[in-house]
Amino acid sequence: MTVKGYLIKNAQMPDGGIKDLLITDGRIHSLAVGINDATATIIDAKGCVVLPGLVDLHTHLRQPGREDAETVLSGSRSGAKGGFTAISAMPNTSPVADNAGVVEQVFRLGQQSGLLDVFPIGAVTQGLEGAALSEIGAMADSIAQVRVFSDDGNCVFDPLVMRRALEYIKKFNGVIAQHAQEPSLTVGSQMNEGEVSAVLGLKGWPAVAEEAIIARDILLVDHVKSRLHICHVTTAGGVEIIRWAKARGINVTAEVTPHHLLLTDELARSYDPVFKVNPPLRTQKDVMALREALADGTIDIVATDHAPHTMESKECEWQEASFGMLGLETALSIVQKTMVDSKLMDWAQVADRLSTAPARIGGYSDQGRNLEIGAKANVMIINPSASWTVDKDLVVSKSRNTPFHGYELPGVVTHTFFNGMATLIDGALINSGGSE
Amino acid sequence: MRHLLSISDLSKAEAVSILDTATELARVSDGAVKKLPTLRGRTIVNLFAEDSTRTRISFEAAAKRLSADVINFSAKGSSVSKGESLKDTALTLQAMGADAVVIRHGASGAPQRLADSEWMLASVINAGDGTHEHPSQALLDAFTIRKHCAKGAPDLAGIRVAIVGDVLHSRVARSNILLLNLLGASVSLVAPPTLLPVGIEKWPVDISYDFDAVIPSVDVVMMLRVQQERMSNLFFPNAREYSRYFGLNSDRLKLMSPHSIVMHPGPMNRGLEIAAEVADSARSVIVEQVSNGVSVRMAILYVLLAGQSLEAGEK
Ligand SMILES: [Zn+2]
Repeated sequence: MTVKGYLIKNAQMPDGGIKDLLITDGRIHSLAVGINDATATIIDAKGCVVLPGLVDLHTHLRQPGREDAETVLSGSRSGAKGGFTAISAMPNTSPVADNAGVVEQVFRLGQQSGLLDVFPIGAVTQGLEGAALSEIGAMADSIAQVRVFSDDGNCVFDPLVMRRALEYIKKFNGVIAQHAQEPSLTVGSQMNEGEVSAVLGLKGWPAVAEEAIIARDILLVDHVKSRLHICHVTTAGGVEIIRWAKARGINVTAEVTPHHLLLTDELARSYDPVFKVNPPLRTQKDVMALREALADGTIDIVATDHAPHTMESKECEWQEASFGMLGLETALSIVQKTMVDSKLMDWAQVADRLSTAPARIGGYSDQGRNLEIGAKANVMIINPSASWTVDKDLVVSKSRNTPFHGYELPGVVTHTFFNGMATLIDGALINSGGSE
Repeated sequence: MRHLLSISDLSKAEAVSILDTATELARVSDGAVKKLPTLRGRTIVNLFAEDSTRTRISFEAAAKRLSADVINFSAKGSSVSKGESLKDTALTLQAMGADAVVIRHGASGAPQRLADSEWMLASVINAGDGTHEHPSQALLDAFTIRKHCAKGAPDLAGIRVAIVGDVLHSRVARSNILLLNLLGASVSLVAPPTLLPVGIEKWPVDISYDFDAVIPSVDVVMMLRVQQERMSNLFFPNAREYSRYFGLNSDRLKLMSPHSIVMHPGPMNRGLEIAAEVADSARSVIVEQVSNGVSVRMAILYVLLAGQSLEAGEK
């Protein structure tokens, strides 16, 4: 008998209610108590939470250029494993995604994988060099329909370039996602500047270098009435500035990464570059401010900044190592640990911060939908009462640079459905997404 | 104790025991037979990824006086400077059967990376890493201070030390602050505000921007070297202005209290942080620091590799 969809039984909805959910023909067919369907594959989800498929607005896939660290396919598999049905490919590839050709290539590779939506993010400036605007219109009008533009990894530091970019994207209903880092305050910076960097003799990356750009860009976006998104906010001061802006009705959104919700700069004492990331891990005070801001909505979303790196770029001295850490497969567990288990957020807020809101910011219309009849079946299931131990040698990503190796984390992602097709069943990837 | 990566690896008792061992070893070295058989058959590698002839020669002399075999792996022309990874270097040293690796490296934390890795099993001795620490220098400085100022006490209780200059980039300062504090001395840092790290507030030190105000109240003035590359980097307007505020010249020498001493880890910039007549004055113990360096490094190797301290009276 051919499988006619999936019937998820007795699952807890984001709002707390217990229902059955039937997926057929790629959509949510019905949602009620006590659904029966003899032709569907039954999934017993008792004790589990069903959420709309997770949407990541900040992913590094390394293709084209560094396929030894990650490919669109391997990153997509990593995403499906973590419960994602959409990810956003940052443009700092080689060549840079600053033209229609590269974003269409990445978009097509995503479609070929068929595991989730891969939405390319376009570079703001040519070659990420911060000087001349990239082909924003060509990327927006391409089959990839780019709406999010970012020079991530670099900051659009010249205020005039930033102003013009914010203005120009209004024609395409776009958004600039800014990596806020004042470059002259962070030349050679290695870690958060503070007590720990002073002891370790590692060059500091001061909070003010992030906050100064956040403040400047908020004033700019208000002036030109465009749309600004702040990537990976890491400081308590940055949160305060964004809170001020939102209170004044300025059109700004912001993200926080899972690692900045949990880890601090104390980990640098090991000199193990697996903890080297940009922006850097900050202090416990910052971590608590970020959690509070995510709960109260000052920070809109969680985004992974999934940044795969080969072994040799991390198995070296700290100052020689690359910045970045894996994120897709651990993101929801970290959010459960820091936000749900600590009673700061409920699952409805998790659905908003990791699916609905990022899809809205990115303009991903078939993603981040509430679980409702007729919606595309982008759905995931987590068992929040199970736990697992992170093992870097067992991650799905091509790279191994998870900062959570050995951590026991709550929440096991059991199922992911992309447009009604199962990509993860009982924690196992069931569709390899084709060959490399 | 298996490695010496940071002064924070040491308890007070361990630090005092290294100094005591150094005292005994200095006595042996002054005698007719300069060599001890203690480390015969052991292999010590000097892995110098950054040039420092002074420190390398000091460790080499120390190892040889303890009869160890010494292999020098120096920066110029070595694999380290050709971009071979730290991991491959470590695997090579392991294959060569190194018992201890004395490492000087430009990257803060490189010795700890070696020690924590599974790449090799040897003891790791930090001979200066980036802007982090230089524990053997701090131990030889403490040894020198104890000899001159401690009046027979085993530690440095009550002794007042001023450390003057580029604290921000100084591994010597970081190790000295930790060790002086561990041994009961009090420390004043004197520097332009640009050359003190953000985050220094929790350090057990007093901070001053006024050298003249600090000089009369201390027993030891420890000058730090000003690196040439700091000159053009906005830390201070020019060398003359630096010298005027923070250089130890003959006028400031007159402000020093009667039995106080002048130290410098070398190499000195005569005329910049220290005037020639001060470096060569009777208060200067700078040359003695060098000779004490060998005894203290012998003691470090002795304690780490022979697994014991050398108590007074032992042969
Ligand atoms: Zn970034």
